[in-house]
Amino acid sequence: MQCQRCGERPAVIHLTTIVDNTHTEQHLCEACAVAQGIQTEATLAKFPIGNFLATLGSGTATAQPTTDAEQRCSACGATLQDFRDSGRLGCSVCYDAFGASLRMLLRRIHGSSRHVGEPYASPLGMDVPPEGEPAAEVAALREQLQRAVEAENFELAARLRDEIRSRE
Amino acid sequence: MTLDLDLLPDGGMPWLDASGPEGQIVLSTRIRLARNMRGVRFPPHASDAELEEVRAAVVAAARASSRLRDAVVIEIDELPRLERQLLHERHLISRDLAGLESGKAVRRGAAVVTDGAIAAMVNEEDHLRLQVVKSGFAPSPAYADLEQLDRELGTQIPFAFHGEFGYLTSCPTNAGTGLRASVLIHLPGLVLTKEIAKVLQGLAQVGLTFRGLYGEGSEVVGNLFQLSNQTTLGKSEEELLDHLSKIVRQVIEYERQARDRLVQNAPTVIGDKVWRAYGLLRYARSLSFEETMNLLSGVRLGAGVGLIDEVSIYTLNKLLVYAQPAHVARRAERGLTDPDLPAVRATFVRQLLDDDARRGPRAGPSTSDG
Repeated sequence: MQCQRCGERPAVIHLTTIVDNTHTEQHLCEACAVAQGIQTEATLAKFPIGNFLATLGSGTATAQPTTDAEQRCSACGATLQDFRDSGRLGCSVCYDAFGASLRMLLRRIHGSSRHVGEPYASPLGMDVPPEGEPAAEVAALREQLQRAVEAENFELAARLRDEIRSRE
Repeated sequence: MTLDLDLLPDGGMPWLDASGPEGQIVLSTRIRLARNMRGVRFPPHASDAELEEVRAAVVAAARASSRLRDAVVIEIDELPRLERQLLHERHLISRDLAGLESGKAVRRGAAVVTDGAIAAMVNEEDHLRLQVVKSGFAPSPAYADLEQLDRELGTQIPFAFHGEFGYLTSCPTNAGTGLRASVLIHLPGLVLTKEIAKVLQGLAQVGLTFRGLYGEGSEVVGNLFQLSNQTTLGKSEEELLDHLSKIVRQVIEYERQARDRLVQNAPTVIGDKVWRAYGLLRYARSLSFEETMNLLSGVRLGAGVGLIDEVSIYTLNKLLVYAQPAHVARRAERGLTDPDLPAVRATFVRQLLDDDARRGPRAGPSTSDG
C-alpha cells in the first residue's frame, strides 16, 4: 500500500482515529507521519519531548478539544499553552487540571499512564486523599480502553468508553 | 562561602576506587529519585520565598534522617561559577542545579545535602533529587540505599503523589517512579570495532537511552557512555532496574567480546594505540581536556585487557575527574579560560602517572591527592 499523502513511499503507519464515534483511517509513510505530527514507536526515540508537546491540545491524532490550550490550573495559574512552551508543569495540581491531555502524553512517553511502583503514604495522614485519586477501576478501564483501541477492537472500546463516562 | 570538598570523604567520590563489580568496564552506577513537595509550585515556577522554604524543609528533614544526619549542606546559590562547576565535574550535582545551562542563572535556594556517597539535590528541576553513586555495576545496592533515604525523608516532607500517575514531577518524562538509573560505561572496544552504532540503536529499541559523561545533552568524550532507562512510569522500580541490568550486562558482554577480538586479531594495532596514548599522557607538556579524555580511554583499554600494568584503574578514575577544566583551574588558582591550563593539566597528569609507575606494576591507590 502506498502512502496516501505523498503517494510515493510505502505506507508503514496505519492510524485509526475515533472521534465521537466517527472512525477514520490513515495510511502513511514514516516521513509523512512525522510531518503530520504523528509519533510512532519507531520515531519515538528520535524526537524530544518538544515534539510531543507540539501536538498536545492541537487536535492532531487525538480527541482533545483545542480549547484545552486555554485551560488554567486553579492552583498555580499555568495554562496548557505554558506547558507546551516550556515543557515544564507549574505544580502538582496541573496533573489534574490537564489530566486528559497529560494522560495521553504520559502514554506516549512511557507507554502507560498508570503508576505501578512503590505506593506512598503521606505523613499528613489518611484524612487527606492522594491528589486526583480516581476510582482505581476507572483507571483500569482506561488502560483497557487504550489496549482495545490499539488492538482495533472498536466494539469493546465503545463499551469501555461508555462505562468510563457513566462512572465519572 | 568557600567550598571545602575535602570535608567529604573521598572528596565526595567513593566510586573512584574502582572496587565495584565490572570495574574494568563500568565506572559507576548512579540512581536518582525525583520528588516534589506537595502544595508548593515546582522550582521552575516557584517564587524565591517558596524555594527557600523548600530548602529549609529538606535540610530539617535530612537532619532528622539516619542517613543524612551529619551530611554537609552546600548552598549552591552562594557559590561562584568555578566552584559550582567543580561540584558538577565531580558528579555531585547536575548541570541544571549548578546553573551552568546557557542562558540560565543558578536557581535561588539551590543546594545539595551530601555525605559523599548519597545526596539530596534541592531545587533542581524538582524540589528533591535523591541521588546515590556506587563504584562499578551495582544497581541493586544503589537502590537499596536510596530507598531507605526516600522513605525517611517522605515521612518528614509530604511528597506530591497521585493515585494514578505516581510521584509528580516538573517534567512528565520523570513522573511515576521518578527513578532514573544510569550506568557510566567505557566502550572503546565497540567504538574501535565500529559496532557501537548498532548497540546504541538497539538500546533505543528496548527503552534505554544514552548520554555523554555530563548527562543530558552532553557529548560523548573518551568513549564514556551513560546508559539509562528512558521511561519511569508503568513499571515498578524493580522492573525498571531489572530491565536496565539485563541490557547493561549484555552490553558489557559485547564490549568484552569486542576487546577479545581486537587483542586476538589486531594485537599490534591495539598495542600501539594503547602505548602511544600512555606515552603522550606520560610525557606531553600541554594537554587539552578533550585530548586527555581520549588518551585516558586508550590507557584504560590497555589496563582493562592487561597490556599495561604501570597504572591502576583508580589513578585513571582520578585523572578523569581531576583533569577537568574547573579542577585544573582551581589547582592552578587561575580562571577557567586561562591559556596556561593545558600546561598545568599536563604536569598534573604526568605526576600521577609517574607516581603509579614508581610504585610498580598494579599499583594500589595513589597517595598524591588532587
